[in-house]
Amino acid sequence: MKQRYSIGALLRGSFSGHRSWQPAWTDAEPLGRYDVIVVGGGGHGLATAYYLAKNHNVTSVAVLEKGWIGGGNTGRNTTIVRSNYFYPESARLYDFSLKLYETLSRDLNFNIMLSQRGVVTLAHSRHDLEIMARAANAMQMNGIDVDILNRDEVMARVPLLDVSNGARFPVLGGICQARAGSARHDAVAWGYARAAASLGVHVIQNCEVLGFEYQDGRAVGVETTRGTLRAERIGIAAAGHSSVLAGLAGFDLPVTSYALQAMVSEPVKPILDTVVLSPATTAYVSQSDKGEMVMGAGLDLFPSYAQRGSFAGTQATVAGVMELFPSLGRLPLLRQWAGIVDVVSDSSPILGATPADGVFINCGWGTGGFKAIPAGGWMFAHVLATGRNHELAEPFQLNRFITGRLVDEAAASGIAH
Amino acid sequence: MMRLPCPWCGECDEIEFVYGGPSALLRPALEASDETWGRYLYFRANVKGPSLERWRHAYGCGQWFDIRRDSATHRVLAAFKFGEVVPQSDESAP
Repeated sequence: MKQRYSIGALLRGSFSGHRSWQPAWTDAEPLGRYDVIVVGGGGHGLATAYYLAKNHNVTSVAVLEKGWIGGGNTGRNTTIVRSNYFYPESARLYDFSLKLYETLSRDLNFNIMLSQRGVVTLAHSRHDLEIMARAANAMQMNGIDVDILNRDEVMARVPLLDVSNGARFPVLGGICQARAGSARHDAVAWGYARAAASLGVHVIQNCEVLGFEYQDGRAVGVETTRGTLRAERIGIAAAGHSSVLAGLAGFDLPVTSYALQAMVSEPVKPILDTVVLSPATTAYVSQSDKGEMVMGAGLDLFPSYAQRGSFAGTQATVAGVMELFPSLGRLPLLRQWAGIVDVVSDSSPILGATPADGVFINCGWGTGGFKAIPAGGWMFAHVLATGRNHELAEPFQLNRFITGRLVDEAAASGIAH
Repeated sequence: MMRLPCPWCGECDEIEFVYGGPSALLRPALEASDETWGRYLYFRANVKGPSLERWRHAYGCGQWFDIRRDSATHRVLAAFKFGEVVPQSDESAP
């Protein structure tokens, strides 16, 4: 790392009027040839490049981003990290990710502002209570730190909630993962970019992939808006645009792209110190360090590549939040936006080889890609460097849609969408 | 808010409709291989741009119909009743 960040560096910087700081990472010019090209400069692509260099000593790596790094879903999510999943395969993968997040600030020498403030999932009916007890049981069996909360415990944890008897969505209890929480999304992208660049990785922006080049049936490079680049292996980590890139590479995917929207209110003083998720209203809420109330919606349930949410979705989310927290009713919304997410029918990722020789894919994270960035990058780097799947990625191969061995988290993991 | 043209009721707000998948997904014969069946069930063209879709006016007349819609702009380009001849297009093929 050219310049290590520390309290000492900050002090030295302050004595020199903060004129000594260098750019965190180099905006690289493309070379003609790399060992590995990663298409997509979001969290997963940048993490992949970092772990290729760090874990596998593969440093001839280019990350190609058509816009600016972290400008897609990495900058459009609600920054929640958690690992409370139902099936053992998923729990292992997502908990590995959360564990990497726990030490990531130190590993990258970049403060990702991880705040393990807990995620509380609300039960609004007797049936919710029963299904959540079953889910929490499965999660505990998977070794995940999930507790079942009764109504009083939820009230103590989230005093802002409307738990009155007249509430449209009465709160009967819930479950809580204490190690879950939030992290600064831009810092995750920049931390990985900086650490990868310092190990020799080329982070190349404004470089859109227009096609794939094949020789003797094997992919040997990509055509881009900044020239033709050659590589031994090519990895696609493009979330909502996975199908578009797969189409250019000559295969298709079991993916449908949807808009997932989120919004924030104007900032207020600290009033909510955890993440509250309400599957019944499809809304979830947390408070950012700036004080904005961050609200996440369910999917807009029709295919979309337009990075804007439907007004109907915004309205439904705000209505849900209003029922849970009537005291937020006077807060104006500041911003609303959407990211294009790659949804597969079992809501589990696809991580590994594709029908195109030499092309690998990391997609299908759908509505939950941010929490999986460290693990996704780790697994993808493993297969790109060695040609073999990491043990944790083995259940998440593309051929499961032919064999039928799905990891069906779609309804199981208590995600609101 | 997106507005969709129901061939029976005219243009209505998006919240009255339910998306029903790509149109013209052809169910393979019973003796289909796992490969063919898996591709029919799960693999989608997922086109960025104009593609043929099936929708239902669930909170209106209840009828199913097809539209051609641009997934990048949400612009609806045409609407078809069942039985009408839909211009051949490979965009919605799985």
